[in-house]
Amino acid sequence: MQSKMKESDPILEVENLSASTDNLPILKGVSLTVYPGEIHAIMGRNGCGKSTLSKIIAGHPSYNITNGDIKFLGENINSLEPEQRSQSGIFLGFQYPIEIPGVSNLEFLRVSTNARRKFLNKEELDTFDFEELVKEKLEIVKMDHAFLSRSVNQGFSGGEKKRNEILQMALLEPKIAILDETDSGLDIDALRIVASGIKKISNAQTGIILITHYQRLLDEIKPNYVHVMSDGQIIKTGESDLALELEEKGYEWTDNFIKET
Amino acid sequence: MVNENLVKDVVKEPYKYGFVTDIETEKIEKGLNEDIIKLISQKKEEPKFLLDFRLKAFKKWQKMKEPDWAALGYKKIDYQDIIYYSAPKQKEKISSLDEVDPKLLETFDKLGIPLTEQKKLTNVAVDAVFDSVSIATTFREELAEHGVIFCSISEAVKNHADLIEKYLGTVVPASDNYFAALNSAVFSDGSFVYIPKGVTCPMDLSSYFRINSGDSGQFERTLIIAEESSSVSYLEGCTAPMFDTNTLHAAVVELIALDDASIKYSTVQNWYAGDEEGIGGIFNFVTKRGKCLGKRSKISWSQVETGSAITWKYPSCLLLGEESIGEFYSVALTNNLQQADTGTKMIHIGAKTKSTIVSKGISAGKSKNSYRGLVKMGTKATGSRNYSQCDSMLIGDQASANTFPYIKSQQPNSEIEHEASTCRISEDQLFYLQSRGIEFEEAVSMMVSGFCRDVFNQLPMEFAAEADKLLALKLEGSVG
Repeated sequence: MQSKMKESDPILEVENLSASTDNLPILKGVSLTVYPGEIHAIMGRNGCGKSTLSKIIAGHPSYNITNGDIKFLGENINSLEPEQRSQSGIFLGFQYPIEIPGVSNLEFLRVSTNARRKFLNKEELDTFDFEELVKEKLEIVKMDHAFLSRSVNQGFSGGEKKRNEILQMALLEPKIAILDETDSGLDIDALRIVASGIKKISNAQTGIILITHYQRLLDEIKPNYVHVMSDGQIIKTGESDLALELEEKGYEWTDNFIKET
Repeated sequence: MVNENLVKDVVKEPYKYGFVTDIETEKIEKGLNEDIIKLISQKKEEPKFLLDFRLKAFKKWQKMKEPDWAALGYKKIDYQDIIYYSAPKQKEKISSLDEVDPKLLETFDKLGIPLTEQKKLTNVAVDAVFDSVSIATTFREELAEHGVIFCSISEAVKNHADLIEKYLGTVVPASDNYFAALNSAVFSDGSFVYIPKGVTCPMDLSSYFRINSGDSGQFERTLIIAEESSSVSYLEGCTAPMFDTNTLHAAVVELIALDDASIKYSTVQNWYAGDEEGIGGIFNFVTKRGKCLGKRSKISWSQVETGSAITWKYPSCLLLGEESIGEFYSVALTNNLQQADTGTKMIHIGAKTKSTIVSKGISAGKSKNSYRGLVKMGTKATGSRNYSQCDSMLIGDQASANTFPYIKSQQPNSEIEHEASTCRISEDQLFYLQSRGIEFEEAVSMMVSGFCRDVFNQLPMEFAAEADKLLALKLEGSVG
């Protein structure tokens, strides 16, 4: 299933990745390659390892890689710290964005943006210049300026938290964005805002991995590939119609694939 | 599941102020008795009322017992093994800064408190205290133009004996507690501030306390009087060299605010805390109390406590005047084997008095950090209100935090509100910040200063920046 986009080098290569937490194996040999401009969807039951895969790519310290490699722009990143991964262009949109009491959202966004800019040898922004930049990006997610003066995610509604994630993605301009159930808990309007935000931010140079349970996000953002995960493995890969089929037949249908393999 | 090693590394930091100034000092012999007290008083050429004050306090102290109710454990202090007076040798009478030993000026320079005319801080008047004596006070003439008196307490005893006799010991009587009695008997120096009626002090006043010798205690005494409708902001900083012995520091601070007067008293305490094994460090037993004597008077304490092996300190407010206001904003950070038992007392006596308590305790390493506070509503404190908020943050899994709030109300028509919380810097929070490109150490320090923000907002601006840096430094280290 080779597509026309693959003349360039891949952004992300996950090769036969196995990982565990507290000696409990979670991933059991996952392989996934994302090229520039591609959108991949990963679907599967709760507990199949989708979120774990995204956290491991972002460098969460609770998981140990027991086998396999993660390569970003051709370099092995297995041992990089999470902040180094972020600075170099990997973005994880959290399923449950974390509240940080007392830390102003604006300051957080500025420090974060500057860390990325520093990596890119771009000039770091002072508060004034950053205000300008953030104003422009707020438009993308239709967020009010008032969000910036609050503490990071504290007291935000579910939808506001997710929009704050997309705002961060817009500011960081990652090479690859892994969005972990960014659509869950959103009403239909918020979903549209988030989806259109993602589309505006991504381009022919970026890759996107959408982790989702629902077709409705994929109606807004059409994936090139759909992967189905079960018990720490990708058990089936197809094109966007696989998601529709899955929606119709449910995950029970995919259980047969495991038996086949 | 926080990565313990990382956290442990982050909370290590070397103490920047641990150097000793090599200077000839005049010390009296170790030990404490009436003769020693007479000798101190004689050296300071004190009037008789003050010697009597000291001797009375000493008699009381002899009958008192060292308090043991605090959640602190430390080896017994041998009060006869301490030198009660130690002063750098210099000319008898110093008329200008040029005559101060350059070594002393250099010491304060190194501490970031330049005293000389050319280099002195432009917007803060400083009284620099070295061991038992005050070395210099800047901006005295400028302040005098406004009628503000800012000098060492020894000088005030000589030049303003009436004020000293009238107010000394009226807020913290010698019999108040063991350490206050000890201080009253042997206090050596400290700062004196008098703001006349209607005057807003034109600049911040600041005292910097430096302990230099390892075997002498420091017993400073500060007295601030704000007359009707006056106001002043006072800052206090403290450091000490690294010794492997414990040095006793027992200070008394008294504040008096008359009608419509306001006093803001801010402290950044960074005494040497001892090493990682808990060897050395200052034993800090301090009694600080303000009396809101006048109507609508206000006393506000803010403190950032980061140093000392042991901290025992409860800056308090006696709210006597109707509609008077007391405030206490505190950040206490303990690390390694440090122990802090700190908090406040808000004693509501007058009607419609108000108090606010915001306490933030951060415990890292194997340290122990307790908040202890009393809110009391007296029978006449009708329509009075208190709001208390006590939050603790734990870093790592070996530190402990306690909260001991005491509430006594004899006045049904008053309100007391208490909120408390304990949190731990979670791995998820750290990962979230890291996954946005923020380095581990910076993430910890962002969260700690976020946690302390309500208190930092109360500090004078330069102090807030310093406090923020100090906390970051205390939590800094190499990430393993």
